[in-house]
Amino acid sequence: MATFTFELVSPERVLFSGDVDAVVLPATEGDMTILAGHSPVMTALKTGFLVITSTPGNGRRVLVRGGFADVNQNGLTVLAERALPEEELTQEILDHEILTAEMHYDATNDPAAKHAAESAVAQLREAKAALNY
Amino acid sequence: MPSLKDLRNRIASVKATQKITKAMQMVAAAKLRRAQTAAEAARPYAERMAVVLGNLASGITVGPETPRLLAGTGSDRVHLLIVCTAERGLCGAFNSSIARLARDHANRLMAEGKTVKIICVGKKGYDILRRQFAEQIIELIDLRSVRQLGFEQGDMIAQKVLARYEAGEFDVATLFYSRFRSVIAQIPTAQQIIPTQIEASTGANDAVYDYEPDEGEILETLLPRNLTVQIFRALLENAASEQGARMSAMDNATRNAGEMIKKQTMTYNRSRQAMITKELIEIISGAEAL
Repeated sequence: MATFTFELVSPERVLFSGDVDAVVLPATEGDMTILAGHSPVMTALKTGFLVITSTPGNGRRVLVRGGFADVNQNGLTVLAERALPEEELTQEILDHEILTAEMHYDATNDPAAKHAAESAVAQLREAKAALNY
Repeated sequence: MPSLKDLRNRIASVKATQKITKAMQMVAAAKLRRAQTAAEAARPYAERMAVVLGNLASGITVGPETPRLLAGTGSDRVHLLIVCTAERGLCGAFNSSIARLARDHANRLMAEGKTVKIICVGKKGYDILRRQFAEQIIELIDLRSVRQLGFEQGDMIAQKVLARYEAGEFDVATLFYSRFRSVIAQIPTAQQIIPTQIEASTGANDAVYDYEPDEGEILETLLPRNLTVQIFRALLENAASEQGARMSAMDNATRNAGEMIKKQTMTYNRSRQAMITKELIEIISGAEAL
């Protein structure tokens, strides 16, 4: 299978850099899978799991919170505002994230921001549930 | 002529000082390594952000719908200076060179009849600037309690700046910080962050992009984030510069103390020898007189 270059950067560090088969992005308009040769696209990300498939049947999940994905002929670059690899996720971290998201929800009156915070909370709850398996 | 005891005390005091400066130098060296890795780790994100923003902005023309962060307010009457310095002194000319750059900038703007407002990040810059600009300083952001600089601090400052921008409190914002070149070279830098300055795209990217959601919406979320990234990067560069400056300042201080000890010890030994000779002469001449 054809591969492409993928880079996942958060403000604090580079989390992933290398060739991959496919990446599933939690885009704001719905999840999308990027394969090699994808047409150039730029999309905003919401809170959710980003799935990196480097070899068939072998995936890695990273929880991202907000950010951007940029697909061009050079490959895919994801600028995540916050990114946590699955291995580093614990219940406490998720609880903390949920709390911050809820505080965001309470702090704002703007309907769009309220909606975004609400879906972030839902996503994080889902992630927490998924982690228990 | 100081007595021998005075000299001894003086040497002991310089030695104690030397121990302190030596310890500070070593602490700064250890912290520098950490700060440097943090600054380097943050670089890819900031660079990528610039590229993405460049790609995006080169595709649009400035019009009435352009976000104000990119287009500006249309005037440049009120300037906001964000001066990032350290929380602690004893780091050579680090704080004062940033403050000097900011002061010159502020003076020039005021001479042009513009209004200047200052936000100080870090206590030292505030201490230096408040003497001259007590009325212009509108806020002091204290990062003393922060142990490890995170993205949150950058975000916090950016939110405060954005809130003021939205409220129409200023037209142009400039960030002052020290760029880390090497341990011995830190360059005080002024960087305009509002309106956002876009580096011209390299032109290699002329592929047609799909935008999801649309271009304007992406740009609207990307611009505030870019602001955060720029501030965060400035904070990290500043942290590395501060430790670098402190390290070389303390290295100098240790060396000076060493020189001083050498000189004092020499004087001490000389006067001790002189004393002994004097006593010997007294004994001998006393014996001869008998």
